[in-house]
Amino acid sequence: MALTGLEIFKLLPKKNCGECGIPTCLAFAMKLAAGQAEIDACPYVTDEVKAELSEAAAPPVRTVTIGQGEKAVKIGGEVVMYRHEKTFFNPTLIALYLSDDMPAEEVDRKIEEVKLASFQRVGQTLEANLLALEAKSGSLESYNSLISKASKINLPLILMAPVEILEKVIPDQKGRKPLIYAADLENYEKMVSLAKENNLPLVAKGKSLDEVSELTEKIKASGFKDLVIEVEAQGLAANFKNLVLIRRAAIEKKIRSLGYPALTFAFDPQGNEWKELINAAVQIVKYGGIVILSSLAPWKALPLFVLRQNIYTDPQRPLQVEEKFYRIGQADKNSPVLITTNFSLTYFIVSSEIEASKVPTWLGVVNTEGLSVLTAWSAGKFNQDTIAQFLKKQAMTDLVSHKKVVIPGYVAQLKGALEDELPGYEVIVGPREASEIPSFLKNWS
Amino acid sequence: MLVEKLLNSYSGKVKEVEIGSGGLKVGGETCLPFYLWEGEMPNKILFGLEILDQEPVDWADSLARLYQDVWKEPVEWAKKCFEMGAEFLHIRLTGTHPDSKKHDPTQAADLVEEISKAVSLPLIVYVSGNKETDAQVLQKVADRIKDSRLLLGPADEENYKLVVAPVSLTNHNVIAFSPVDINIAKQVNILIAQMGMPLERIVMDPTTGALGYGLEYTFSIMERLRLAALIQNDEMTQFPIICTVGQETWKTKEAKVSPDEEPTWGDEEKRGISWEVVTAITLMLAGANLISLRHPESLRLLKEARSEFISLGEGG
Ligand code: SF4
Repeated sequence: MALTGLEIFKLLPKKNCGECGIPTCLAFAMKLAAGQAEIDACPYVTDEVKAELSEAAAPPVRTVTIGQGEKAVKIGGEVVMYRHEKTFFNPTLIALYLSDDMPAEEVDRKIEEVKLASFQRVGQTLEANLLALEAKSGSLESYNSLISKASKINLPLILMAPVEILEKVIPDQKGRKPLIYAADLENYEKMVSLAKENNLPLVAKGKSLDEVSELTEKIKASGFKDLVIEVEAQGLAANFKNLVLIRRAAIEKKIRSLGYPALTFAFDPQGNEWKELINAAVQIVKYGGIVILSSLAPWKALPLFVLRQNIYTDPQRPLQVEEKFYRIGQADKNSPVLITTNFSLTYFIVSSEIEASKVPTWLGVVNTEGLSVLTAWSAGKFNQDTIAQFLKKQAMTDLVSHKKVVIPGYVAQLKGALEDELPGYEVIVGPREASEIPSFLKNWS
Repeated sequence: MLVEKLLNSYSGKVKEVEIGSGGLKVGGETCLPFYLWEGEMPNKILFGLEILDQEPVDWADSLARLYQDVWKEPVEWAKKCFEMGAEFLHIRLTGTHPDSKKHDPTQAADLVEEISKAVSLPLIVYVSGNKETDAQVLQKVADRIKDSRLLLGPADEENYKLVVAPVSLTNHNVIAFSPVDINIAKQVNILIAQMGMPLERIVMDPTTGALGYGLEYTFSIMERLRLAALIQNDEMTQFPIICTVGQETWKTKEAKVSPDEEPTWGDEEKRGISWEVVTAITLMLAGANLISLRHPESLRLLKEARSEFISLGEGG
């Protein structure tokens, strides 16, 4: 956590020479704390103090990057316990698990599922982020063949194997910057040197919070910090507890040795996929960094991806949908035209009510910078001017042969002004609540 | 051990509200949801099933297959839900709305009475949301049912006087409803309390947003309400919470459309259940005490998850 001005002041040389461009050390410390100055401006601070300050300025949960190029992903970097306090920054990474002793058809089927599990929602592509490949057969050859199969999809890898096998596969794979799995209290020296030499992130795992904490301290002492941590546990309750305590240790208790993103397996020991879905949901909601699943069938993938999108939406910046006409059902030249705003929630609720009505409809979504109907209206972003401009820009006349436009009931007062703005058009006041849309549309003629 | 340094303590406690006829209670927790290593949840989170007082018009096919043999007969429907393992019934009196005119207030009270005689479950009754009929319906229902503590509502910022007056004179509990707004949530609680409603007879409904349809808003409002209740010891937030998960999730496109319409979305019934279960588990983690559902498989899965969470209080 960042230091206060006074805490920084205690570390400064207290010469008050002004060479930093600021008359006193105290004033300089205040500027540093506010992020308005750089420590390098003072020529007299020691290297130890510089290191201490940069350590203190680092976020409480370290940010780790996995992969190379456009599919590279970041995890960690979180600064709060509850999303309303600021936001959660780096969405939970969802990984699919494959092992080299699985039947070939199973591997192929699961890889195919990952490819298909890609969904568009509010301008974002929702998909899996990582493939976790485990060497279980003990044969280098079968592990290599699993890696080459997995390489058909362009996702970063988690390489899960004993040191001896990792040493052999890493020379070929290090350019893709995989996450390597895993260092424990027994093997960590070898694992860390492998990670260090190849500049790869590493998982540090242990049987308890204490063991993981001891391990990360040892690894940090050797100068390596690109870690993801795992407390080995099975099932819903134990993983939930560990994830809560790890995040609390890092953020509330300032325990650096647990200040790393956490990895968990969502698997159910009996292979029950529903339990896996629930485990994964709990881990996404409660602080999971990397969540590993055994399969990504769409009934499981879609809700989990949407959950992650919901939880990681910035509470201060609502999601927006694209400004345009959305065609719902087989809307044609005679279908009604409804207008609303581009706040994603408004759009989703209105469009799902229209769909429920089964009446083909054109839904015109005006860019109100993500504000809902009433808020946008009071902010002057949803009025006769913006609606008229939208209808012209999006060429309503090309879509339908009539000139009737339905506006939300909450902005009924715009009717007159909008009709003045659009000569020849009829402006109809629709329902106030989205739930009344189906009965409104069913009575449309 | 590190764990000992990581425990938090809480100064507040959620109130316990009694529902049904067997002394069953909800609420009473002294920690964030399932943080059972540092506090208690003396009463289980309860999972119920939703029924209507008339045949539903827009329910998903997956649900129609389960209930269409009984849904014209609310009493039979109630019995079926009981057999399916419901821990309470969420009865929506949509048929009392003037648009539907299926039941007048007396008929609605008859129906609730019949159900309460047919199944021994706590009943949660929501009126239709119509200003002209709601107060009368609530009055009739509240007066008629004597040997079971109902949960009645919704009472919101506008209608709370009409709703709370008849309920407060009986033994029943009231649902304080707010439209996804933490300030209004608190305000409605205060208004209801000011009418003399005993505080151990109020349950909050902060509006349920389904997964993909506002879940994050409901989630954060509930988290904030729980933090205020437990850490700031703010009495006007210390009420159990009800979430109408089934009603909201099964409306969504994701829970309804067939694979013919959305080929990449997979099996429709599984998808509907997963939508309901993921919404419910998320809101359990935010502080829900009563969760109403529509699919019995969701009910079964969530009960299992609940037992696993409860193991944390047994040294697990
Ligand atoms: S240059 Fe360094 S020593 Fe001089 S006033 Fe600035 S902070 Fe103090």
